[in-house]
Amino acid sequence: MEKNEEDCLVLGGHKFHSRFILGSGKYSLKLIEAAVQDAGAEIVTLAVRRANTKEHENILDYIPKQVTLLPNTSGARNAEEAVRIARLARELGCGDFIKIEIMRDSKYLLPDNQETIRATDILAREGFVVLPYMYPDLNAARDLVSAGAAAVMPLASPIGSNKGLATKEFIQILIDEIDRPVIVDAGIGSPSQACEAMEMGAAAIMANTALATAGNLPLMAAAFREAISAGRKAYLAGLGRVLSRGAAASDPLTGFLRD
Amino acid sequence: MVKVNGEDRAAAGFSVTGWLQEAGYQPAAVAVEYNGSILGRTAYDSTILKDDDVLEIVCFMGGG
Repeated sequence: MEKNEEDCLVLGGHKFHSRFILGSGKYSLKLIEAAVQDAGAEIVTLAVRRANTKEHENILDYIPKQVTLLPNTSGARNAEEAVRIARLARELGCGDFIKIEIMRDSKYLLPDNQETIRATDILAREGFVVLPYMYPDLNAARDLVSAGAAAVMPLASPIGSNKGLATKEFIQILIDEIDRPVIVDAGIGSPSQACEAMEMGAAAIMANTALATAGNLPLMAAAFREAISAGRKAYLAGLGRVLSRGAAASDPLTGFLRD
Repeated sequence: MVKVNGEDRAAAGFSVTGWLQEAGYQPAAVAVEYNGSILGRTAYDSTILKDDDVLEIVCFMGGG
């Protein structure tokens, strides 16, 4: 990359400068604005649920207007349910981005790749910018791209676990082989883990629980922002080589103060 | 009775606009599915609810 060339994340033709996608679940609406600001996030995820007449606060009032909303299809157990939720999300009037999330069980919350491919196919044809949450499997990722996914979102470890890059080797394969942004989603629990994923060449990081369960949410958002930025720079710079064995001096091997 | 978000409600005879107001929803913050299909906002006034209709009223909430 040239020094002055813009380093953007491009999703479905939309350019973003931030590589930190922020979740909005499991914390106070009042913290969202500070979280978005301190994270420097340009994309925030949301869920779609049955409206409650007792709840008079609209989450959209708490999200800065310049932010791109990324509704998810959480709660969907198959492609049809995901498509239904995606269409309702679009009807809510906040754009064409959709994060497909299809899970058959509530214990491990693992994504169903086959159903996700089916839903991606349907929604991409309907003009959605489809970001599918997936188990990091190369064949499934290729099928998602063929089906029209704008990116793939492999899990690092189970949702909400904060366990980090348990699937590291397989995410690396996706990064190396898939010609779309690879956004690491789920399980990233600390800035160092986010940084490591970015050093590997991930295009972006999605995090929610790591922030929602942190002692100081906005401060953790800022820490993630810096870690993601550092990891991106390291990736662009190209990491130094690792020796298979032995050592290599950093100092001159001549001119020692001895005989 | 009309099935609204899974519950039987005495909504028959109301327009969708009227029911949203009656029940206390914020019309600007919701999307509506009427008998399995999305109902565009422009059809809220002209759609009159009747017995056995199924209405889903959804909104955005915090999520990952």
